[in-house]
Amino acid sequence: MTGFQAPNVEWLTLSPLLVVFLAAVVGVLVEAFVPRAQRYAVQVGLSLAAMVGTLVASLVVFARLSPTADEAELGRVVAAGAVAADGPAVFTWVLLSVLGLLSVMLFAERKVESGVLTFAGQAAALPGTEAEREASTRGLSHTEVFPLMLFAIGGMMLFPASNDLLTMFVALEVLSLPLYLLCGLARRRRLLSQEAAMKYFLLGAFSSGFFVYGLALVYGYAGSMGFAQIAAAVSADTGSRALLLGGIGLMSVGLLFKVGAAPFHAWTPDVYQGAPTAVTAFMAAATKVAAFGAMLRLFYVAFGGNRDDWLPMVWAVAILTMVVGSVLAISQTDVKRMLAYSSIAHAGFLLTGFLGIRSLDEVAPGGLTGVSAVLFYLTTYGFTTMAAFAVVSIVRDAGGETTHLARWQGLGKESPLVAGVFAFLLLAMAGIPLTSGFTGKWAVFAAATAAGAWPVVVVAVLMSAVAAYFYVRVIVLMFFAEPVGDGPSVAVPSALTTVVIAVGTLVTLVLGIVPGALIELLGNVGVFIR
Amino acid sequence: MISTAIDVLTAEGGGMPPLVEPGAAGSLALPLVLVIALPALGAAVLLLGGRRTDAWGHLLGTATVVGSFVCSLWLFLGILGRPEDERQITQSLWTWFSAGEWTVDLGLLYDPLSALFLLLITGVGALIHVYSIGYMEHDVRRRRFFAYLNLFVAAMLVLVLSSDYVGVFLGWEGVGLASYLLIGFWQHKPSAAAAAKKAFVINRVGDIGLSLGVGLIFFTFHTTSFDEVSALTSEASAGVMTAIGLLLLLAACGKSAQFPLQSWLLDAMEGPTPVSALIHAATMVTAGVYLIVRSQFVFEYTDAARTAVAVIGTITLLMGAWIGCAKDDIKKTLAGSTMSQIGYMVLAAGLGVAGYAYAIFHLVAHGAFKANMFLGAGSVMHGTNDDVDMRHYGALQKAMPVTFITFAMGYLAIIGFPGFSGFWSKDRIIETALAENLVLGLCALLGAGVTGFYMTRLMLMTFFGEKRWEDDVHPHESPKVMTIPLIVLAALSVFGGIMIAGDWIKKFLAPVTGEGEAHHLPVSPLVISLVVTVVVAIGVAVAWMLFGRREIPREAPTDVSPFTRAGRHDLYGDAINDVLVVGPSKQLTAGLATFDRAVVDGGAMGTASAIGGLSAVARRVQNGFVRSYALALLGGAALVLLALVAVSFA
Repeated sequence: MTGFQAPNVEWLTLSPLLVVFLAAVVGVLVEAFVPRAQRYAVQVGLSLAAMVGTLVASLVVFARLSPTADEAELGRVVAAGAVAADGPAVFTWVLLSVLGLLSVMLFAERKVESGVLTFAGQAAALPGTEAEREASTRGLSHTEVFPLMLFAIGGMMLFPASNDLLTMFVALEVLSLPLYLLCGLARRRRLLSQEAAMKYFLLGAFSSGFFVYGLALVYGYAGSMGFAQIAAAVSADTGSRALLLGGIGLMSVGLLFKVGAAPFHAWTPDVYQGAPTAVTAFMAAATKVAAFGAMLRLFYVAFGGNRDDWLPMVWAVAILTMVVGSVLAISQTDVKRMLAYSSIAHAGFLLTGFLGIRSLDEVAPGGLTGVSAVLFYLTTYGFTTMAAFAVVSIVRDAGGETTHLARWQGLGKESPLVAGVFAFLLLAMAGIPLTSGFTGKWAVFAAATAAGAWPVVVVAVLMSAVAAYFYVRVIVLMFFAEPVGDGPSVAVPSALTTVVIAVGTLVTLVLGIVPGALIELLGNVGVFIR
Repeated sequence: MISTAIDVLTAEGGGMPPLVEPGAAGSLALPLVLVIALPALGAAVLLLGGRRTDAWGHLLGTATVVGSFVCSLWLFLGILGRPEDERQITQSLWTWFSAGEWTVDLGLLYDPLSALFLLLITGVGALIHVYSIGYMEHDVRRRRFFAYLNLFVAAMLVLVLSSDYVGVFLGWEGVGLASYLLIGFWQHKPSAAAAAKKAFVINRVGDIGLSLGVGLIFFTFHTTSFDEVSALTSEASAGVMTAIGLLLLLAACGKSAQFPLQSWLLDAMEGPTPVSALIHAATMVTAGVYLIVRSQFVFEYTDAARTAVAVIGTITLLMGAWIGCAKDDIKKTLAGSTMSQIGYMVLAAGLGVAGYAYAIFHLVAHGAFKANMFLGAGSVMHGTNDDVDMRHYGALQKAMPVTFITFAMGYLAIIGFPGFSGFWSKDRIIETALAENLVLGLCALLGAGVTGFYMTRLMLMTFFGEKRWEDDVHPHESPKVMTIPLIVLAALSVFGGIMIAGDWIKKFLAPVTGEGEAHHLPVSPLVISLVVTVVVAIGVAVAWMLFGRREIPREAPTDVSPFTRAGRHDLYGDAINDVLVVGPSKQLTAGLATFDRAVVDGGAMGTASAIGGLSAVARRVQNGFVRSYALALLGGAALVLLALVAVSFA
């Protein structure tokens, strides 16, 4: 009898993912069984523990990364070929656990809304109805946001580690669905929030359709879902090129949508503006890390063999994205929308790094590959963005957060510290030296230049100059303009948000001054395995 | 030892430009680090300390810069005692980046060029800090002012001490930021905020030049440190060197207000007057000259870029002089003059080995006498209720004797009165220019005459003639804390020329700039000096005829020649900027913004107005717009596929 052979599961290597998913499932049970009064404490405790746990587990896996049997690359393929736990994947696990930990803290902030979460009291209640008012007076909060976020983080961690097309698609959906829901849960300005969620969901579903169609075409071309097999088929150049090109194009649409690259960026400003700011911070930082990680793996591993086919397309998208993000940000009058366009521009800079050299063999000794440069930029960008949105969440007036730029006038007088921190973060996004924004840009530009993509780098330099204009405009507004009316006020947040802002700012500063260690580390681990 | 001797010999032979080959800092490491650390620390304490430091903030701010000046002197004397070829020292601080061959060390390079800049920045800087104690006495934000000044000094020192182009970039952005904060310091004035914004935008254009230039240097040589680049430039192709040179020139044009990026400097006079003296006359605006002289190992290999430098300098020196003739605002007249004098420096730098040392000589001399005159203008404004219109002055020499005498020293220096510092420094530039290229030389000569004209006009309108001030203005001499710096700077304006005695400055700078062959003139230098003096005298005489002997109307006459009108409008620099840059970019943004509003903002607006009619309106908004987003997505997908197919068939 041919017995069923159980697949060998590497529990330890997969532990970072398992911890998150387990905690998410337990979180759902908590919602069902724990009394309402204690749910907040239990959920926050559980989520924090899960994120610390996954951070520790990721670090352990990272420390234990060892060369593969036949090659000198670090890592191993686990879970019967579905997950590649190599340097870039485990690095994004570590990064996502830290960003996730900070996000949990932002989610758990209750002080700025006088004792309730910044999420809707009862999402099912129609805005402006009696039911909503009742939910509000009873002080209800949706603590389901914590398990939802854990599911999203789990999906994000799986996304860049997935080693076949199906796992990648499942990860994409696991990370996306909770995000759609989270976007619609704002306590204030609920219509805007629900509208954002609806748009994100519809467009997300649409782009997933592209992705999965592309996936089918690639399967048709290679006859396999595994990246290693696809890479082999691409190198051997067997099968129909039309299938392959169609597959690459459609899959890249799905991924470019997720990272917010032009011309697939239209959802970004609406969703970033409408979503609760804590969710926006989480999306802006973590989704980008996950989606770029996955995109790097798909293009460098599976489609690495026909790089010349897709490279010009990425050039064009990178240039378009930088121009659209930087130029449109100039005319924005809302802080969150401006940061959304800024994140589009950053996606363009990341795509510039994406053009870097693929393997260590071709790069000058110790030089940066595209993977290392992009991962470094993601680290710098993730922390800066998270801290910036955290600052946005504490600048408020009677109607909640006040995101219109006119209301930020004179913030420097009201609260020099908060305005100073925000100014520093904006300077970092503009890429001024001694901030991580500068070293990050330097890394991606150097990687792209080394690969001969200097025209894109020239556009990138020009666009960083344009972008600096709108960042500095906000600084001018905060420090050099008189407050309108009562002026903005800064809510004193609890330790949770304070820690997020402090950590984000500190990392921005430290990576700006001594980026050497991290760059060196990424130089060592930044190679994909198959 | 022998090989060093041979290197020196070949350098003297006039072939290769000198390389940057610094030795270890040794015992001078401490002052080298302190010189930057002190003002940086001062800025940090004053900015983070908040109101607690209000009482003594200005004293701390001044003390740190004085301490920095002491360190500069210590360093200067330290290298003076060394033999000529050991005067370049370096101190590595930490490795900013390291990834294989791609390494950026944040290090300090101290050599004769940095030495002179250090003395100028910290010396003039310290005097201006002292002066500001008096000038800003009644300003409630005085502590913040000193914090910004300290920040500026620290950033400027980073710029001139860095041993790597990336470090220069760091200082470059830092001084830009400080300058920006200080121009807009009186934020209650909308004109100040607008000027700050303009300075920022125009400087960004220059900064693009620097980023691309440094990028190209890295791309070509795989390093950005001065010593390694200087060793490699002889091997690069002329085209690349020209491109690098032109990009660095663009950067210099932005920071040093050279044509065509000059228009921000006149508006920058909205800042407090000590700022105009320190940043927009003596130090920061000369950073472009520093960059060009520091990069001599680039410019020596590209005649095209060097010619461009000389031409830009000449155009600017004439433009600045022209603008200076037409302005009635005392600070703007001085700003025009600053543009013009920096034009002289850039011209000298463009003349190559023969001119580098004279560019720096004029830079240092100008730093002292122009700071002197700006502070003098501040003192005049202090005594006349902050009026800047020279038509409201007149006969101030009796009311403000110290200001008058010190200002007169600066005046004599800038017009090049024999014996004063400006005489020696400008004379050398005109002489070299005449020897290298007759047209440039004649333009420089003409500029000297115009300088005599507009500076005499300023003197006559301010200190002589009938009093034209309002009755409620009571001009008075400024307090000692303001006049003493004036006296020190006036002394420097008089005796600054001593640096050229026995060609000292030329020999001192030779390890950095190289030693050129002596230029050959058909006539003796004495004759040229004489001609220059005569031309200046003509300018002065014309001014005397026009302004010294006649009544000066309190209101500016409107029936003026087209030349004056053009000068009053900064030679239409803003109009040209508007047509060429601002207009098109505004249209581009507006076009994109309209698209964005129609497609994107519509959603947000719709929601706001939908609060009354709730679901019906919201649904309509959502349906419509998601559809158009989806259409965009579909279009994008088609484009991506098309791109892939096109590339594949190409």
